[in-house]
Amino acid sequence: MNNVVVRDYIIPANDFTIAGEASSNVRKILSQIGVAPDIVKRTSIAMYEAEINAMIHGKGGQAHVEIDENKIVIRISDQGPGIEDLDLAMQEGYSTAPDSIREMGFGAGMGLSNIKKHSDILEINTAVNEGTTVLITVFFKQE
Amino acid sequence: MKISEIAELIKAEICTKNYDDSIDIFSACSADLMSDVMAFSKSNALLLTGLVNPQVIRTAEMMDIKAVVFVRGKKPLDNMIEMAEEKGIVLLATDYPMFVASGKLYKSGIHGRGD
Repeated sequence: MNNVVVRDYIIPANDFTIAGEASSNVRKILSQIGVAPDIVKRTSIAMYEAEINAMIHGKGGQAHVEIDENKIVIRISDQGPGIEDLDLAMQEGYSTAPDSIREMGFGAGMGLSNIKKHSDILEINTAVNEGTTVLITVFFKQE
Repeated sequence: MKISEIAELIKAEICTKNYDDSIDIFSACSADLMSDVMAFSKSNALLLTGLVNPQVIRTAEMMDIKAVVFVRGKKPLDNMIEMAEEKGIVLLATDYPMFVASGKLYKSGIHGRGD
């Protein structure tokens, strides 16, 4: 595999000013390398939702991004409380976000299902009290 | 509809400078919940909201939204204006409530996507 772009980002906890910075940066890279606008948008939405989740629920975390000519793979991991019931968390409208987060315009319980909708492959590994890792893959050429 | 026409129609102040008035806006969505904008919004070029925080600008960026109208007399913060200018997003502020601002725009030809 040639021309692989690798980026690492720190996602700070509870910082609503900086949250989304990593997704914004990745979005710029994808646009610059000429990825189709609809794919850039899908990727941005999926990554931004995951980044917000890590900030809100995971006490912050890390994003590791690898881009090659065919796809982007985004790994967002946190060392937060983990997800107790993943099936429940995947349901639209289910949220454990506190009111303070809802006041910021988030926490409607749409995040995980929205990530699934906009990614081609979604893998979530989570363990209570250990943390959560979300692995998002989006292919640049859609079948 | 051009940004300047939108501003006139809903008596909005344009808060960002150097905006591109050739952008043609034909669809919009109204929401205070950015989660819903991310989950339900189709390709809309305009967002009307009463929420004021930097994540509104981020959400607009991710969703390819070209302009944001703050309703009910809310004004964007300086760091939001700065962020929007950097990303080429136009910010407007109107005293109209969300329903009235949305209604005026809808009546003049701006529609929601997927309706």
